[in-house]
Amino acid sequence: MEHFFSLLVRSIFVDNMIFAFFLGMCSYLAVSKNVKTALGLGCAVLFVEVVTLPVNYLLQTKVLGPDCIIEGVDLSFLSFILFIAVIAGIVQLVEMVVERYSPSLYASLGIFLPLIAVNCAIMGASLFMQQRVTMDPSSTQAISNIGDAFAYAIGSGIGWLVAIVCLAAIREKMDYCDVPKPLRGLGITFITVGLMAMAFMCFSGLNL
Amino acid sequence: MSQLFSKENKEAFFGPLFANNPVAVQVLGICSALAVTAKIEPAIVMGLSVTVIVALSNVIISLLRKSIPNRIRIIVQLVVVAALVTIVSQILKAFAYDVSVQLSVYIGLIITNCILMGRLEAFAMMNGPWESFLDGIGNGLGYAWVLVIVAFFRELFGSGTLFGFQVIPESFYDLGYMNCGIMLTPAASLILVGCIIWFMKAREEKAAKK
Repeated sequence: MEHFFSLLVRSIFVDNMIFAFFLGMCSYLAVSKNVKTALGLGCAVLFVEVVTLPVNYLLQTKVLGPDCIIEGVDLSFLSFILFIAVIAGIVQLVEMVVERYSPSLYASLGIFLPLIAVNCAIMGASLFMQQRVTMDPSSTQAISNIGDAFAYAIGSGIGWLVAIVCLAAIREKMDYCDVPKPLRGLGITFITVGLMAMAFMCFSGLNL
Repeated sequence: MSQLFSKENKEAFFGPLFANNPVAVQVLGICSALAVTAKIEPAIVMGLSVTVIVALSNVIISLLRKSIPNRIRIIVQLVVVAALVTIVSQILKAFAYDVSVQLSVYIGLIITNCILMGRLEAFAMMNGPWESFLDGIGNGLGYAWVLVIVAFFRELFGSGTLFGFQVIPESFYDLGYMNCGIMLTPAASLILVGCIIWFMKAREEKAAKK
């Protein structure tokens, strides 16, 4: 249980998807213009993460790992294709659910909803999970059972959600600032994210 | 021959290098651009891998474009890209193991690199194989040079080396010069890319005024 919370907190603050690994930057920069849409996309990413990561964990440990299906055969080179197929399928599902129950959110997310399938944060979490499966179980980063996989999925999803909502809030306020003209728009957004990443660096000494 | 290098084809190749640069202007594929740039060597390997994958997947998709049903095109594109990435990652593991360890998950993340999906959707689905090939190479190189510039500054100021060789002489360190540790952190690469965008926009505005 201790390990569960340690993984959860570490993946929100220390191994934050945006500030430590820059994953999911494209939609992060494009959809962070106002807080409401940012919150919607953040929740969608969190949901897709929580569903896909445990599925991919099971695939990795029960199907792809060494000696799983055929004795002496390691299929893990197939992981890219299988992981992306799982993610694309689940995103399709989420798209249909959002369209049915919240048409306004569906309209405001636009093209970025199907693009969650190619959101690096989700694929990245699955690939990091694949690395961590083989780690020594006593390490703070190891993912050794399905519960850990859930903790990591929830943590990295919430980390992404927190990051995009923070940036959206800052950008809303920044509309009233006097920014040099060529720097307006993306330039200043990058620098803001850089400063936020510096602020998040103070968590890196966190010992759990 | 003249048809192969017509004006449109040249545009497809040179446009993405500067005026329509995928990283600095369209802001695609930022994730990996920031993460692999602490040293020049992985940045170059990453740039080349992306160039090869964009070019080949552009050609394959443009050959298949008339037979892909519209509804499942994203999945088809993803499978083609994922297969190519798997091949590249196996080749890197075999011939450049050190670099492939440094790049770790970011090689796998080329699959979800927005440049690829963007080019496949916007260009390869509508153009022939040769144009798509040029477009892919152009975009890949446009991505690579931004990576190399960011990596150049980060490696020079962060560790005082270039390609792993000591560039800043020892005597500087004796006089009290110190490596700038912040350049090695993720935050610095964000700020550097911000500055490149600033520079390119300012230059564009100047050109527009003339």
